[in-house]
Amino acid sequence: MDLAFFSVQLLNGLQYGLLLFLIASGLTLIFGIMGIINLAHGAMYMIGAYLVYDLTMRLGNFWLAIVVAIPIAIALGLIIERLFLDTLYKRDHLYQVLLTFGMILVLNEVQRIIWGGNVHSVPVPAPFDSSIQLTANLRYSVYRLFVMGVCLALAGVIYWIIRHTRLGIIIRAGAVNRDMVEGLGINVRTLFTLIFSAGVALTAFAGMIAAPLTSITPGMGDSILITCFVVVVIGGIGSIKGAFWGAIIIGMATTFGSVLIPSLASMVIYLIMAAVLLVKPRGLFA
Amino acid sequence: MLHRYPKRVAIIMLVLTALVATFPLWGEAAFGNQANFMLEKLTFMLILALFAMSLDLLVGVLGLVSLGHALFFGLGAYTLALASPDFSPASMWWMLPLVMGISACVGLLIGVLVIRTKGIFFIMTTLAFGQMLYYFVSTSRFAGGTDGVFIMFRPSLAIGESTLLDLDNPYSFFYFCLGMLLIGYLFLRWLTRSYFGQVLDGIHDNEHRMQALGYTTGGYKLVAFVISGVMAAIAGMLAAMQYGFANPAQLGWHTSGEVLMMLIFGGMGTIFGPILGAFAYEILLFTYEHMTTHWPILMGLTIIAAVLVLPRGIAGLIIAPPWHRKRHTTTETAEGPKGSPSAQPATNSKEG
Amino acid sequence: MKTFKKTSLAALMSATTLMSASVMANDGPVKLGLMLPYSGTYTALGEAITNGLKLAIEQEGGQLGGREVEYVQLDSEADPSKAPQNMSRLVNRDEVDFVIGPVHSGVAMGMLRVAQQTGAIMIIPNAGLGAATNELCMPNVFRTSFSMWQDSYPMGKVAYDQGHREIVTITWDYAGGKEDLAGFEEAFTAEGGEIVEQILVPFPSTEFQSYLTQIASLAPDAVYTFFAGGGGVGFVRDYAAAGLKESIPLLGSGFLTEGNLAALGDAGEGVMTTLHYAETLENEQNQAFVAAYESAYGEMPDTYAVQGYDTGMMLVQALSVLGGDTSDQERLIDVLANVQLASPRGPLSFSDSHHPIQNIYLREIRDGKHEVVSIAAENLEVPDEACQM
Repeated sequence: MDLAFFSVQLLNGLQYGLLLFLIASGLTLIFGIMGIINLAHGAMYMIGAYLVYDLTMRLGNFWLAIVVAIPIAIALGLIIERLFLDTLYKRDHLYQVLLTFGMILVLNEVQRIIWGGNVHSVPVPAPFDSSIQLTANLRYSVYRLFVMGVCLALAGVIYWIIRHTRLGIIIRAGAVNRDMVEGLGINVRTLFTLIFSAGVALTAFAGMIAAPLTSITPGMGDSILITCFVVVVIGGIGSIKGAFWGAIIIGMATTFGSVLIPSLASMVIYLIMAAVLLVKPRGLFA
Repeated sequence: MLHRYPKRVAIIMLVLTALVATFPLWGEAAFGNQANFMLEKLTFMLILALFAMSLDLLVGVLGLVSLGHALFFGLGAYTLALASPDFSPASMWWMLPLVMGISACVGLLIGVLVIRTKGIFFIMTTLAFGQMLYYFVSTSRFAGGTDGVFIMFRPSLAIGESTLLDLDNPYSFFYFCLGMLLIGYLFLRWLTRSYFGQVLDGIHDNEHRMQALGYTTGGYKLVAFVISGVMAAIAGMLAAMQYGFANPAQLGWHTSGEVLMMLIFGGMGTIFGPILGAFAYEILLFTYEHMTTHWPILMGLTIIAAVLVLPRGIAGLIIAPPWHRKRHTTTETAEGPKGSPSAQPATNSKEG
Repeated sequence: MKTFKKTSLAALMSATTLMSASVMANDGPVKLGLMLPYSGTYTALGEAITNGLKLAIEQEGGQLGGREVEYVQLDSEADPSKAPQNMSRLVNRDEVDFVIGPVHSGVAMGMLRVAQQTGAIMIIPNAGLGAATNELCMPNVFRTSFSMWQDSYPMGKVAYDQGHREIVTITWDYAGGKEDLAGFEEAFTAEGGEIVEQILVPFPSTEFQSYLTQIASLAPDAVYTFFAGGGGVGFVRDYAAAGLKESIPLLGSGFLTEGNLAALGDAGEGVMTTLHYAETLENEQNQAFVAAYESAYGEMPDTYAVQGYDTGMMLVQALSVLGGDTSDQERLIDVLANVQLASPRGPLSFSDSHHPIQNIYLREIRDGKHEVVSIAAENLEVPDEACQM
């Protein structure tokens, strides 16, 4: 493996990892603060991608489509939280698993009814629709660099909110001891609604921003879901920092694993997860 | 956890068992020439019931939610598929012990690793191991990859030269599956009421307390994990026997999710509940699929509704019917705003 | 059948299941059981096949051999673990005369097991697993589609004739993809070419960046690939975005781009594939078919729609020969096997293994259409050595 090859793969791993972080951040937020396992997380990623596809077609502009789609995603989160999750907080994880399992079926079918079964794509939007030369015969899309930038910026913003704001203190405290936060007179009810909507919006946003890089198909969320779980578990459930490093690890492992040990490529992330849990049963950053 | 159920539970279950067991006598009259299909469907439900029941030991009794239980189901199916000779039937006398032995070994290996985790982490690690085996089988050449494998001959059940039970006959196979389910049920019933079961129950309530009392809780959990896995593997073997087909999809997490769904439909922690759940789930699925190609919406909404309004499942309805419950609820809601305790699920983890 | 003896039950069982499909109501409607994906990843394929099939039968006045047609549609979910039960439901409960399906090869395996046990007539309108008409060899199984080998084998010679000597192949790590690559490799290496590297991507991952980097560093003469659906769109777009299309031509099985033209956009231009159909084929039947399909469903047909259409045409022809009489299964199978169609894809007949004998076209995407460059193989028959009926 020469240096150029290695560096390009490093870039690939980093880019995939950062995108994974963005997708998984909503999951870990909801996990950590609310104790909710959201199996419908992947479906929400899919909804984000389809929303932006649909709106780009209608409005003719990708950026405008994102601006319109985000409030829709927030509204979706609000509705789901108020209608369904509200009664489940006091219950065992099992019920959340099953409720959100049911939700996958419903959301996937709703997708099919609205948008049908065809494969769609969103063109790479201006001004990022160009590429730079990396090696003699390989180019790299500027949009990928832009996505990396967005993911890093969002990671920074989330980190700042959690570390340096009052809301962040409450969130961190909530992750450690929910009852105590409630005892201190904080309206956990509102906090939960806020967190869940933000989580759904983040996930859907990940789907939107990834849309030009991927193909938009029914069931696209199902394959990303399990990868997100692995990311979150490796990092430590509820830890944003953990999700970040977990995502980078998985991004790198997937990229280099596929080149170096192709026979194990499909299993490599699970092997890493098992290994991490053996050494640190609660994840790396819990 | 409840160990003493009202008499009507026993009565209902006995009546249902009798109904199912006598199906060959009345099936033809009720379903005409579709009786054969109904028998086949019924056989499959019995197998699923065994599968769901095996999970109850983990989820209902021990409070460990596994999202990778299909691993054992598929393991049983693939053990049968790969160990069967190509041109003659295998003998049940060594096939069954082989399936049990292999699944016990795998269960032990995985159990040692996952039993250290709990709550969300247990869900996730079991999911990870399930997916690992799923991808292993999907990409393997020897096991037919994503296309799956055929099992050309059902194992035979014979003593010497004389056939004890001709498993190729759908009726015999039906009774064989029914027998396996009954044995499984009686075994679990005995197990949960034994000293061992009491300890599991104690761990479910409060593991730290049990540790403080000097129990090596890890060992108990491990044994329960292995037992549950072995039973699921037997169910998987039966499923593969029925259609002569094993496929990686049997190992996937969707299958694990579905069997959890059967558990909750039926009512977990009751051992008999999951049997009802498996039947209910299959009947619903069958009905919806026949109604519309948009069946996932109906199924999804039913699941959501069941989780919200029927957390203790069908078994909960039988044990404590709403009309029996009313009096209690009115008195108890006055004490706390959290709703009636009887609506609380059996596995509500007391450790949080 | 109010009385029965237990001893004769087994015999009774097998007899009824074998006969139920054919003996039942010969004057009632012909029952077609459609076991296709109507949810999930393969939804579009299931719908196109259904549309094509119904179009063919509608054109005949909605009748087959003078009998009305009843459709029983069952969502296969593309879930192989449910395939045997679903198939059994169509055969034993709904008592359909023909089972049409599936799309997914794993589902096909499960269905074939039941077809083997019950003798029900099964027509495969897509699933390309070679074994269905080779190792598993059943008289009651037909396909109107292709097998992975048939569509990829002709590309081997094409690639060599274009001057490519060293090629990298890439597909998903699953049975269908590997069978496809095997067909290409067989022809390409026979010509004297070399497969430098075979890359297997975990199914169904669409994260291709690291593989593209690997391809760039290997710098082969060309790349041959099999992906389908979303994976096809993803791979072709990423390949173009990585700037590889200019220096390393992309060849593929037709499924790479089939049904994906709109989603591919400019990225697809110039990609060459081999397949048994192209929507631009200039024969009378195809032009009529495309016009009829467009007016019925408001979209261009793809190969899946043609496969559905030909399944319908096959039934139309067979049942008109039989005058709607499906009671004699042996004769029915014989008639089906001898069907010859002037299909939109060109002449179509069936081999001894009930596999289509058909042209394979070399196609290039120009202006968002599959333009036919040449016939890569004429009336290609698949050498199903294990199955000569």
